[in-house]
Amino acid sequence: MSAYFEAINLGKTYKTPSGDAVIVDGFELTMKKGEFVCVLGHSGCGKSTVLSMVAGLNEISTGSVILDGTEIEAASPDRGVVFQSPCLLPWMTTWDNVMLGVNQVYYHASKQERNQIVEYYLTVVGLADAMKKRPGELSAGMRQRVGLARAFALSPKMLLLDEPFGMLDKLTKFELQQVLLDLWNRERLTAMMITHDVDEAIYLADRVVMMTNGPAARVGEIVEIDFERPRDRRELMLDPRYIEYRKQLISFLEERVYLLDSPSNKTLAA
Amino acid sequence: MSASIVDTATNSADEKAFRKPGIRYNPNRVAHNLNKLGLGYFSPFARLIGRDEPAKQVREILTNTLLPVVAFAVFILIWSVLASIVKTDSVQIPSPHQSWYALTGKAIPLLGHPFPDSVDGHSKPYFAENEGLDPKSINGFAAAEKANAQKYYVSQNERVQKFKDRATAAEKEGDSEKAEKYRGNAEMFASKTYQGNKTFYDQIWISLLTILIGFVIATLIAIPIGVLCGISPLFNVAVNPLIQLFKPVSPLAWFPIVFVLTTWGIDTPPSDSIWQRALWTSAGVVMLCSLWPTLINTAVGVASVDRDHLNVAKVLKLGWFKRIWKIVLPASLPLIFTGLRLSIGVGWMVLIAADMMAQNQGLGKFVWDMYQNGDTMSTAQIIVAVFVIGGIGFFLDRIMLVFQRLVTFEDQSI
Repeated sequence: MSAYFEAINLGKTYKTPSGDAVIVDGFELTMKKGEFVCVLGHSGCGKSTVLSMVAGLNEISTGSVILDGTEIEAASPDRGVVFQSPCLLPWMTTWDNVMLGVNQVYYHASKQERNQIVEYYLTVVGLADAMKKRPGELSAGMRQRVGLARAFALSPKMLLLDEPFGMLDKLTKFELQQVLLDLWNRERLTAMMITHDVDEAIYLADRVVMMTNGPAARVGEIVEIDFERPRDRRELMLDPRYIEYRKQLISFLEERVYLLDSPSNKTLAA
Repeated sequence: MSASIVDTATNSADEKAFRKPGIRYNPNRVAHNLNKLGLGYFSPFARLIGRDEPAKQVREILTNTLLPVVAFAVFILIWSVLASIVKTDSVQIPSPHQSWYALTGKAIPLLGHPFPDSVDGHSKPYFAENEGLDPKSINGFAAAEKANAQKYYVSQNERVQKFKDRATAAEKEGDSEKAEKYRGNAEMFASKTYQGNKTFYDQIWISLLTILIGFVIATLIAIPIGVLCGISPLFNVAVNPLIQLFKPVSPLAWFPIVFVLTTWGIDTPPSDSIWQRALWTSAGVVMLCSLWPTLINTAVGVASVDRDHLNVAKVLKLGWFKRIWKIVLPASLPLIFTGLRLSIGVGWMVLIAADMMAQNQGLGKFVWDMYQNGDTMSTAQIIVAVFVIGGIGFFLDRIMLVFQRLVTFEDQSI
């Protein structure tokens, strides 16, 4: 197995007045090219910290991250990030928001080619009618569609999604998961997605990485999701393996909750 | 169906189809836009036209109109009482009627003459040459000046014509030297303009020009420095003490220093040039005092740009200039405009004092001159000036408010 992405002994430590706070410690993960990995864990366990370190938005304390043979340093458009809040620039239209990134990445392309790229991705995410609207005129779901289009339009080596659908209602979430999968099926980008939604993780991922609870969170368990692609949500739900995966993931999370609550674990962690 | 302004785009396609047949008057949208333009008073009228809950709109219009009118009436009453009490040997607080007279030059019918000592009898058809306006009043003076200017240009034209006639006559006689001389004279007279006294309305324009100059220079200085303070903590540390030190200084203290500068920089220009030393001194003082709110608000705005937006810039690896131009400046525009609004308020306030000190032909000079006159009529004119100064200040503030609202997005953190 050729490792396209590799996180080696990745750790994050914050200096605080009362000593070092170890958030993430010894996070190890390798991914193949074109693999979709979901990172699952309780809120506050350090999932997002891992992602922002990979994105280059947060400094790495220990270890390193290697993407396509080179160690990552700062943030760069070769890792497209979809943030939890879409982070669109409210003074720009949908079109301009996507174009901002496209201009950076395809600076050598002609104006016409760049227009085509922006138009293509906005159409694919279903915003053909809203290209000239500002984010303030869009619903939360549509804003996140723009967020997806913006990330994919960069043609990044890797896609990083930080709970992108965490703030959406269930129905919108389903829609957007579909949009994401459609896009991903076209391009097969290597993707790492942070989530705390078990169903989302099973539906989208090739592998689900479960993180232990912090402090000093690390990879606890990895579950391979063996469904063939393209996936159909209804068929998946009926598959007996689905129930099995679900049980496996939830029991891991519940166990952690139990461990977290037990007093013996607290003394251990300290 | 009343479409809301913030209708989400989910059903926009249906609505578009629904609206297509013709442009429909949307009272809600019009009212929203009026609010945005600082004309919120008129939004119930817009709703009323669209038959949107008429009873409620009428009630709102009545409240919004009646209450201020009542308050104003009470104010006039208190003012009148005070005017009848506060009197010295030479002056008194002018009554509302006297102030009205000082502006218009005409007494209000049935109230009698506001300055009974200055004219004999109440019904005398005074000041026939100025359309019946008292030439000591603001409008009477303006009318007199206008008449003088007209007279001047009539006689000027006559004189020019005379010299032209003489030139043609001389040419006919074959004396080209004389003809040249007469033509020169004609040109010389034609080029002259009337140098009368400044009227109150001229002075308003000069004041507006002065604050425009001061405010533009202040903005051009404050925004770049503010941006630098916001993006570079080191620069901020370096400059902050100076800002804190100079911010509270009174315009009256700046005046002599600015005066030295303008005296050094400006020679005596012709009187119709805008390079008047007094004007630029006044503008300089305005600039020095109105600089600070913009500077500080810009610095705060730039320093507090949403982290998410900066992360976008980081991920896209935007260059320094693009980051400032595309992300930082637009994101801090609301605060910059808050600063500009404060600045223009400070500037207008300072301007009157600066005009007085610099003897710039603006409203401050008007107030100063009237104060030097010292009689009740002049004091009444000062009261008129107070209302005008307040009104213009309010107007300037409203303009800035509109800009402020235009650059502020309803939801900044999207």
